Amino acid sequence: MKIPRIRFERRLSSPQWLQVAALAVSLLLAMLAIAVIFYALGVNPLVAFQRIFRGGFGSAYGLKETVTKSIPLMLAGVGLALAFKGRMYNIGAEGQLFMGAIVASGLALKFPEWPTYILLPAMFLGGFLGGALWAAIPAILKARFRVDEVLTSLMLVYVASDAVKYLVYGPWRGTDTRGFPITNEFPLAAQLPRLADSRIHYLTLILALLLAVQIYLLVARTKLGYEIRVTGENPDAARYAGMNYQKIALLVMLISGGLAGLAGVGEVAGIHFRLRPPEGISPGYGFTAIIVAWLARLNPLAAILTSFLLGGLLVGGDAIQIALNLPAATVHVFNGVILLFVIAGELFTRYWIRLEV
Amino acid sequence: MLEFILSVLRAAIPAGTPLLYGTLGEVYAERSGVLNLGVEGMMIMGAVSGFAVAQTTGNVWLGILAAAFIGGLLALIHAFASVSLRVNQVVSGLALTMLGLGVSGMLGKKFIGQPLATRLQPVNIPGLSDLPVLGELLFRFDILVYLSVLLVPVLWFVLYKTRLGVTLRSVGENPSAADSLGVNVTMVRYLAVIFGGMLAGVGGAYLSISYAPAWIEGMTAGAGWIVIALTIFAIWDPRRALLGAYLFGGVRVLQFRLQPLGISPNLLSMLPFLLTILVLWLSSSQAAKRRIGAPAALMTAYAREER
Repeated sequence: MKIPRIRFERRLSSPQWLQVAALAVSLLLAMLAIAVIFYALGVNPLVAFQRIFRGGFGSAYGLKETVTKSIPLMLAGVGLALAFKGRMYNIGAEGQLFMGAIVASGLALKFPEWPTYILLPAMFLGGFLGGALWAAIPAILKARFRVDEVLTSLMLVYVASDAVKYLVYGPWRGTDTRGFPITNEFPLAAQLPRLADSRIHYLTLILALLLAVQIYLLVARTKLGYEIRVTGENPDAARYAGMNYQKIALLVMLISGGLAGLAGVGEVAGIHFRLRPPEGISPGYGFTAIIVAWLARLNPLAAILTSFLLGGLLVGGDAIQIALNLPAATVHVFNGVILLFVIAGELFTRYWIRLEV
Repeated sequence: MLEFILSVLRAAIPAGTPLLYGTLGEVYAERSGVLNLGVEGMMIMGAVSGFAVAQTTGNVWLGILAAAFIGGLLALIHAFASVSLRVNQVVSGLALTMLGLGVSGMLGKKFIGQPLATRLQPVNIPGLSDLPVLGELLFRFDILVYLSVLLVPVLWFVLYKTRLGVTLRSVGENPSAADSLGVNVTMVRYLAVIFGGMLAGVGGAYLSISYAPAWIEGMTAGAGWIVIALTIFAIWDPRRALLGAYLFGGVRVLQFRLQPLGISPNLLSMLPFLLTILVLWLSSSQAAKRRIGAPAALMTAYAREER
């Protein structure tokens, strides 16, 4: 039997239109595949898609929620775009987000008397450090001992999630919570202001947008950014060129962890005003952020757009959960299929692909 | 005290069995040069499909077969993406894990809360099962446990003592040399990855058919990721996979046995994950010292024209 062979020929150049077209076609095919999966599982895909779109983008309320959910996705996604650019596979943004939330909550609960202009900046700074330090563990293990960062960063998600549970069920459990495993409400000084009639904590949004631009400039315009790109594309070449691999690996991990930590701060200080069990803080923002980064082709500015898109998907996902009685995990179907098709689609921008029979 | 140790040991074997299936499969996949980070997704799909089929047909074996089939099918997608299309293996595997978690949640919703109607019975081995202490400790499990133990020497033998094993290892170490000797690199990688996925599926089915026995959403709870770590800990050797799987099975058991001492269950459930990190760290320094490591071509796609 002769198996058809797929031949790849490297393209010399990859025009912009092709990249956009490949992305559009991949997304379209991904939607088709999701429709097939839904159909096979007895869910009418047309109804589901319509509900998702209407839920996420079809009303003022939906759009506000979409923007709200795009905030943590943008922060974490921009950070991951940087880490992936330097070929550090930080899969643990979810855990770094939790650590940011823990540190911010700790500050809000222990220092309620601080004025807001000190407390809020302290929470953001502390959350950044919490996330960065959590990411430093896989970073150091990778840079110094060559331990695979995919696994260690992911293991630390479980540990961070358990730490949140430990705190809300144990020492930080509130006194006025009627037995629920949540902390007391933060003092007003630790609560971020929101846009009227919405949950959009705009200070975090502005911070996220500024950081997206900053990281874009860092990658595109600075010497350090150049070193990150070279390290990501060819670590050996980077080493021969005298670039400090350990420094770059550590740096991109710390920044991506810190940004995920900021996302955690935004959630507790802008949405919940307290620490709750992990599934209450994040429906998997740290994992969805991986897709935000990849959909944006690791471009931090494009990540602003993709975080809005996936934010809408999360909101729409909530809508179909209620309307069609689907489990929360449904959103992972979208995540997985989209990711698969987007990385496959990327190939067509880099290679001519021919089928030989 | 002795009683306690024995009870932990006895419980460690079933707790480690899903890990053993997954790790043995991943050892073969990685030996062919393909990292499969989709194990968690394949295990959870195995768990849900195994439970669903066993429950609806009333036949446990059909459930296990279905789990192997579904695990293999997901692995086929990974093989197609990473071997034929040569996409990034990390991302492809991750995507399959997400897909598996999502689809299993949707598929399993109607089974939540149902106890499995049919069970796998423990096998009584005449003579051995009645031994004092040892009989209780080692010879009262169901057939899936013994099958996994039996797979260890078989897979070790195939890997190191047969032509097939040499072919598999050569594809993972030096695909272009294997290719020039007439080995079909693509075919070998496909088969190894699919085999790995099938075992992961069975490992998941063991959870929902024998260990729990029920369907609980997200019931693999990171076992698939521990499998990836155990593969490294095992230095890609089926014999060490057995050791690692039961070690982690033991930790999982301890996690529940230590609760009465007043340690928070949330702190105890960090144990396997912290231990994984420690194990990865130690394995990497040990591997560096003994100059052994991953299959040389692990995570690199092979293309003849780019030799």
